[in-house]
Amino acid sequence: MAKLKLAIYWAAGCGGCDVAILDTNEGLLKIAEIADIVLWPVATDHKYEEIEKMADGAIDICLINGGVRNSENEHMTKLLRAKSKIVVAMGACAHQGGIPGLANLFTKETVLNRAYRETPSTENPDGILPVQRFSAQEGELIIPEFYNTVLPTAAVVDVDYFMPGCPPAIHQVAAVVDIIAKGDLPPKGAVIGASDKTLCDECTRPKEDRKVKKFYRPHEIIFDNQKCFLDQGIICLGPATRGGCGNRCTVKSNMPCRGCYGPAPKVHDQGTKFLSALASVIDSNDPAEINSIVSQIADPVGTFYRFGLAASYLRRKRSNEKN
Amino acid sequence: MVSITINDKPYQVEESSTILKACQKAGIDIPTLCHHERVKPTTVCGLCIVEVKREKEGKEESSLATSCNSNVKEGMKIYTDSDRTKERRKKAVERLIARAPEVPILRHLAEEYNISIPAEGEGCILCGLCVNMCEEVVGQVVFRFEGKGEERHLTAESDRCIACGACATICPTGYIHMDDIKERKIVHSELLLGPKSSIYVTSMQAVPNKPVINPETCIHFRTGKCGICSQVCEREAIDYEMKEEEIEVEVGNILLAPGFHPFNPEAMAQFGYGTLPNVLTSLEFEWLNCAAGPTGGEVLLENGEKPKAVALLHCVGSRDENFHEYCSRVCCMYALKFAHLIKEKTDAEVYNFYIDLRCFGKGYEEFYKRLLKEGVRFVRGKTGEITFPIYEEEKGKLVVRCEDTLVGRIRRIPVDMAVLCCALEPPEDAEALGRLFGVSRSKDGFFMERHPKLAPVSTSTDGVFIAGAAQGPKDIPDTVAQASAAASQVMSLIMKGEVELDAAISQIIPELCSGCRICNNLCPYTAISYDPNEKLSSINPVLCKGCGTCAAACPSEAIIAQFFTEDQIVSEIEGVLI
Amino acid sequence: MSFEPKIVGFLCNWCSYAGADLAGTARIKYLPNVRPVRVMCSGRVEPSFVMKCFAAGADGVLITGCHPGDCHYHEGNYKTIRRYSLLKRVLEQFGVEDDRVRLEWVSASEGDRYAKVVDEFVKKVKALGPFNGTKLLVK
Repeated sequence: MAKLKLAIYWAAGCGGCDVAILDTNEGLLKIAEIADIVLWPVATDHKYEEIEKMADGAIDICLINGGVRNSENEHMTKLLRAKSKIVVAMGACAHQGGIPGLANLFTKETVLNRAYRETPSTENPDGILPVQRFSAQEGELIIPEFYNTVLPTAAVVDVDYFMPGCPPAIHQVAAVVDIIAKGDLPPKGAVIGASDKTLCDECTRPKEDRKVKKFYRPHEIIFDNQKCFLDQGIICLGPATRGGCGNRCTVKSNMPCRGCYGPAPKVHDQGTKFLSALASVIDSNDPAEINSIVSQIADPVGTFYRFGLAASYLRRKRSNEKN
Repeated sequence: MVSITINDKPYQVEESSTILKACQKAGIDIPTLCHHERVKPTTVCGLCIVEVKREKEGKEESSLATSCNSNVKEGMKIYTDSDRTKERRKKAVERLIARAPEVPILRHLAEEYNISIPAEGEGCILCGLCVNMCEEVVGQVVFRFEGKGEERHLTAESDRCIACGACATICPTGYIHMDDIKERKIVHSELLLGPKSSIYVTSMQAVPNKPVINPETCIHFRTGKCGICSQVCEREAIDYEMKEEEIEVEVGNILLAPGFHPFNPEAMAQFGYGTLPNVLTSLEFEWLNCAAGPTGGEVLLENGEKPKAVALLHCVGSRDENFHEYCSRVCCMYALKFAHLIKEKTDAEVYNFYIDLRCFGKGYEEFYKRLLKEGVRFVRGKTGEITFPIYEEEKGKLVVRCEDTLVGRIRRIPVDMAVLCCALEPPEDAEALGRLFGVSRSKDGFFMERHPKLAPVSTSTDGVFIAGAAQGPKDIPDTVAQASAAASQVMSLIMKGEVELDAAISQIIPELCSGCRICNNLCPYTAISYDPNEKLSSINPVLCKGCGTCAAACPSEAIIAQFFTEDQIVSEIEGVLI
Repeated sequence: MSFEPKIVGFLCNWCSYAGADLAGTARIKYLPNVRPVRVMCSGRVEPSFVMKCFAAGADGVLITGCHPGDCHYHEGNYKTIRRYSLLKRVLEQFGVEDDRVRLEWVSASEGDRYAKVVDEFVKKVKALGPFNGTKLLVK
């Protein structure tokens, strides 16, 4: 069998997904065995022009991690889509917008202002903000245009498969490589490298009461390691998040799930779906008491939509609008 | 049995019998004041004195004895009317009448013995019946005698009195009486059905029609004594140990027919109910008018006389924006019935004060026409108030002030009695009942039918039906019709033997359920259960009613609310927003 | 032409839908902007439906159910209160004006109340103007 042509691209994301691939250790040898890497900015020295020169569909598989935040992300995402037979949106950012997507609550001006002027660690007495074009002695400098909105990969191009996680669990990266090696790919549009049930399915913490009178943040309470987080009033997105990550937070690290694996198969809006479940187990019928219990939840949007804001109903591209 | 003679006639009587009892059984009257079967004899009055002759050691001995505490003996000869007896009895009467000249039996005896009757006396004959009654039967110590000779008198410690009234009933002279309103012979507001004594029948139509004991007023329950009823009941049906109990019955259908609650006209102070005499509610009048009622069906004023003019006030509390906007439907016709009966029984002038006459039923209009012929008066206009008399001709009457809209002026009509035709209100516990059975109520508080035309006896809860005035004011024919309809709806369900389940219920897709248990506590019907082995939740389709609250909560969209699935609702949202 | 808001109304089958029905049979006039979606119980209304409405172009969302304590399903509406309470906080963070989403109780006998609730709500949404919460997505 001829070797596959593989591209791995890092768009608007932290690079953790690339590290996850590196973390497969010997698994890299297997990748090298089945594929020729044609692009992987974090590890190899290929140029964009090389891709541009390729014929459409010349690349067999392209793993894109990171959403679309600027014009470079958009250009490369579209370019790779054209040159690749199969595009996999890898990691929470490509899948759902991820952490950068939280900035969708604000305009780009607010974001830049915050980042370059307001943060306590910033030293910028002249209040200079980045500009897209700048005339220097050496000529005009151009950086990619910073967009108002972070978009998941699928909002910009047609995506064949989604591989969730922030980052995807290492055993799942290896499993996906296996699938690719065997050519045993599921139908288009599927989520690969994850379970079809939510995290609760594989979580070993026993679930009991499902009645919450008070919410805690993990640092506010000494919690029982053997009990379900939700039963103790600690917000855990496990019930509303795809499993398959291997319980790396809830069981192995003793921390509640933050929702990086995205919504369950049939769910469209992970945040409000979790919101509904969480509100349902509030143990009160008195509106005033309910309000006071609800007010114990700090930053509901940031908590419920930590990875999924850019893919949510309200910050998702409206179906009748062109980007 | 022993053989005796009374006034020379032979009798066979029981050995343990007192002479008094033996004589009474023989039909011979011996006067007595201080004897009562229930308490031990006090022998104070001395009226029951008899002469007794007995053979003793071959000689006949004669003696006088109080018959109430002397037992009969074999061969005893008793003379109730001998000269010795009369002499002694006369002395007793002289002594007693000086103290209690009002007592009929004493007056009667005084006349017989030619004793002059004093104008007034103390009233108490110091017989001690009340003392014994209170101690022996009621179990309290309220009465005591104090002083000696002329000074001897009865005292009472009212702190200990439980106001049972037993002393008043036993007092032979009427010296002890309950402090009640003496002037009013009939207290109309006390006419309503309800406990009159400690033993009563809840209502004339009670099922089963048997008396009950009110433990709050029964002396036995309060002091542990008395128990007279259990002694006199030959069927030994009195059981003080019997307790109220709740009985659980499993049923498949429930028919709610709690009836109505009558409007309390005290809220309309202008009609003087509760403050003016002879102002009655329609229900009180109905009971006054009832042949089995307290007056045997006679229509009487509080002073015991027949009224000469009666006012019937329609729409009290109904068709009134301050109280109930709805029409109570039954008042027009029962007011006409009252008018007819009052006319018939007392020949009084009867005034109907009405807004509109709604004689809508079969034969009703004809009845109204008949009343017009009978001379019943109809005044069209809502009554302003019932007030005090001002003019000479109104003296001693109630005055109904009203605008007569047909004449176009304010009128003052003096009457003796006013009957308020009070609105029918929803039952007092309608709200609680409605919540308990999942039956919604309309704005006026009456139970709401599922559909006013197509499902008039069904409710929004399957298997729960409604009938009668709790659904809305209605008369007896309508109630019977509705109740029959409801009963047959129930029967048709029972005959079928099985119920059809709504298809709009929820189900859990096991392939998507991760057993997070969020839904487990949400179901009001406990239809959701969790299988710890499979780590899956599932819904019992028989218990599920399809509200969909579990589906809304399921974070993995594993619960499908059939006919209201997420896909369907989302499509609907998209559809309505086009 | 003046702005006519598009409003989605979620009506529970037993109380509010019947109440709206009554408003109709009683020939009560009220503004036509609310487009009803019937659900069995207000407890079926998922917060995500509200989000979906806005995403699909609604300017306001009205949720109506039985009065607390009168729920046909005993306490479905209490769950609605819980979700609504938390949803309101999320909507606030999303920048959706408070007046765009409203939870009201309308019983089956309150046709007049339904009409009043609708009229008031439509007026408020009208005053806010078209919903542009998704405008940020335009570059």
